[in-house]
Order: sequence, then C-alpha cells, then structure tokens
Amino acid sequence: MAAEEPLVALRGIRFGYPGAAPILEGLDFALGGGERVGILAPNGSGKTTLLLLIMGLLRPQAGEIRIFGEPRRAEADFLEVRRRIGLVFQDPEDQLFCPTVLEDVAFGPLNLGKSRAEAAAVARRTLAALGLEGFEGRIGFKLSGGEKRLVALAAVLAMEPEALLLDEPENGLDARTRLRLVEVLERLPIPQAIVSHDIDLLTALCDRLLTLEAGTIRDVDGEALHRHLHVHRLGDRPHRHGLPG
Amino acid sequence: MIPAPPVEGGDAPGGIDPRVRLAAAIGFSAATAAWQRPAGILAALGFALGLAAFFRLSPRPLLRRLLAANGFVLLLWAIVPFSLPGEALVRLGPLAASREGLALALAITLKSNALVLALLALVAPLPFPAAGHALHRLGVPGKLVQLLLLTWRYLALLEQEFHRLRRAAALRGFRPRTDLHTYRTFAWLLGMLLVRSVDRAERVRRAMLCRGFRGVFLSLHEFRLTRRSLAFAAAAAAAVVASAWLELAG
Repeated sequence: MAAEEPLVALRGIRFGYPGAAPILEGLDFALGGGERVGILAPNGSGKTTLLLLIMGLLRPQAGEIRIFGEPRRAEADFLEVRRRIGLVFQDPEDQLFCPTVLEDVAFGPLNLGKSRAEAAAVARRTLAALGLEGFEGRIGFKLSGGEKRLVALAAVLAMEPEALLLDEPENGLDARTRLRLVEVLERLPIPQAIVSHDIDLLTALCDRLLTLEAGTIRDVDGEALHRHLHVHRLGDRPHRHGLPG
Repeated sequence: MIPAPPVEGGDAPGGIDPRVRLAAAIGFSAATAAWQRPAGILAALGFALGLAAFFRLSPRPLLRRLLAANGFVLLLWAIVPFSLPGEALVRLGPLAASREGLALALAITLKSNALVLALLALVAPLPFPAAGHALHRLGVPGKLVQLLLLTWRYLALLEQEFHRLRRAAALRGFRPRTDLHTYRTFAWLLGMLLVRSVDRAERVRRAMLCRGFRGVFLSLHEFRLTRRSLAFAAAAAAAVVASAWLELAG
C-alpha cells in the first residue's frame, strides 16, 4: 500500500435505490490515516447509503472503491474490510442482537476466530474502557437508549478496528451521554468518519468537514465568522455559552 | 454510573446445570405422556411434586399457573367422558358418561398437572439465553436456536412498535369496533408491522455481517457439570426408571 494512499477512497460513485433517482451521483470521498472527518448531511441525503457502500453491504452502480490500497468489488473483497473497519449503526437496537451485553460485545471477536476466553477478555476490557463495567450480564433490550449506544460502540471497538465509521452517533443521546461519547471518540487513535446533521458535534470533534448534498460530497474550507442573535430566559444576567462537547 | 443488576439466579438457578434441567424435563415429559396405568401416572405426579418441593417453588404463583392450565383440562372433562363409548356410569338426559371416558379424563388431568409442575420447576426458572445455549449443546440445530434467541431478543421491540402504531391510530381518533373500517385498520397495522420487521431484520443482518458473521453462531457459554448437577441427573433418571417399573409391573 502506497504511503500516501488514503485508507478509504471512493471515486465517481453512483448509487440509486430501485425505482428512484440516484441518491449518490459522482461522489468522491477519502479517509486518511489519523484524521477525523465529519460529513454534514441532511436527512435523506444518502449518508447511511454512503457508509453501507464502504462496508460492501450495498454495491455502487458506477465508480470505484479502494480500501486499504486494494480495489473492492465483490463480496469476498469486503470480508476483510468488515474485519478491519468498524461501523456504528444509527439505531443501536439493530446492532445489539445477542441476549446479554457481554455476548454482544464478544460476538465480533468470536467471529474473528478468538477463543471464548480471549473473546470474553477483550469484551470485558472494551466495556471497562467505555466505563461500562458491570454491564456484562445485562440484557440487551433492557438498557436505556444511551447505554445501548455505548454498548453498540463497545461491540464495534472490541473488534479492534483500524478505522471507525459512525452514523448519527448523537442520535437520541442526552447531554451527559453525548459528552461521554465525544470523550471516547476523541481518545480513539484511529481515523473516523462521522456522518451527522449535528453541526455542533461535528465541529467539536472533526479535523475536516464535508457536506453531502445533491448526491456529492463537498469540502467546507475555512471558517466563516458569524454572529447569532438569540433570546432565552435570564438572558439579561451575566452568563456564558459553552459549545457542547 | 448506572447500576447493573445481575441476571436473576445466574445461568444455573438452583445450582443445576441448564442442560441437566432440560434433559430431565424432556425425559420426564416423554415418560409421563406414555404411562397408562394408575401406578405409573401417580408415580409421575409424585415425582413432579418432589421437584416442586426440591426447587422450593413459591405456592401462590404456582397455584395461579396450575389453575390456568386446568382451565383447558376442565374443557376436556366436558367432552371426553361423553364421547368415549363404554359402560355408562352417569346419565345426563340423552348423554351418558362412560367409565372409560371418566378414567381417561382423570388420567389426562393427573398427567397434565404433573407435566406443568415439572416444567415450572425445571424449565421456567432458566434464563432464556442459558436455555437456548443448553438446547444447542443437547443437539438442537444451531439455526433453530438462533431463531429462538433472536425471536426472544426482538419480541419486545416488535411489541413496542405495535403499541406505537396503535397509539398513533388512537391519537387520530381510531376506536376498534366490529366493522370493516376496524378490520382494515388492523390489517394495515399488522402489514406495517411486518414491513418494519423485514426492514429491521435486514438491518440486523447487515450489523451481523459487519461484525464478521459467517453463518455460524459462536457462543461464549460454557457449561460445567457440577457434582450437584450430576447427582440431580442421577436422581431424576432413577425416578423416571422407578415410575417405568411401576407402570410396567403394576
């Protein structure tokens, strides 16, 4: 793999669901080593589709996908991609299908060929790293929304991925859990692509911002100085506004 | 930090291996279903009562569940004695209850109570995941166990989704009646539930593929046969053999 080639490179991608106009058209995207890329995308702009294309769960109708320096076309090419790149789904309910939390987090490592003892150890370690000690025996569907999100993240991180894709990770989180998620993502030393329509989250976390609109991705270069007028209660007292995260 | 309560009772409630519990339940059910003679049936009932005592089932919920099961048995009493030909014991107008019919109804009553008791003692306390994995170890095909566990996992979600849809309908003034509009609305609700479930299944499949799923469900569960479990297995086997002896000799 050439040193300067990005981990994930998409070129000229076109994709449309049957019976509808293409949702992605002439899309280029690259994710390099060590960067955190935010993709600001409104609902229905194809952001989930983009992530599914990278994981090989959907195939583009045109264009080229190169991941880890290799062209990826057939199902077999993507098996390696799925082992080495983690995708955190928009709805953790879809990602947590095992009876207990520990089994869910150990599911990936077991599939990677680890022994039961190793898989359980990795799962426990990952849960602990996310501050989820004591969750091992809990039942997946009885967790709260925020807990589910963190456990789903643990389930992906337990596979020790080399890059992480996140689909609206802030969705349905309260302020505290959101803060914890931001901390966890900031500490992770792997490249991440975060797709969201939450500007605050993306500006707080990401080195580079892109927008996904009208089927293609555009760079958002530079910052625009601007000012908001706003009203709220107690606005006449001295106060500060912090950025979330 | 949110406190995480432990799973009730752990994987082996009462200290008995889930595989032993399931195997005992299967063996006991097969034997009880087969026995015809009073001695065999009474032995089975005695064994089931022994199980309930051994696992210290609390009487109140036990009685409630037995009562529910005996509702069906009551129906049998209304039909079986009058439909089996034989020596008439009781006459109700044109209907005659036969001795054979009454004996059969009694046998069914005793058997079904023995079975319900035994299942409540052996199977009901098992945590669902442990039961699934134990079934797998006992030779039930992996795909069936997967279906069972995924069904259990997503049933609650389906129910939630159904209630959401119903609430949405109720909020727009829908009240179920006995008319075409009601039937159509429920058909739509069920159809929508089905469509959402298929969608959900596809997303779950994708999530599984993303985590390296290759068609085989690997499990973390490891069961250990403790001495207590082995002793229990031996005692259960002995009890079933004893009831067989009573059945065949009596």
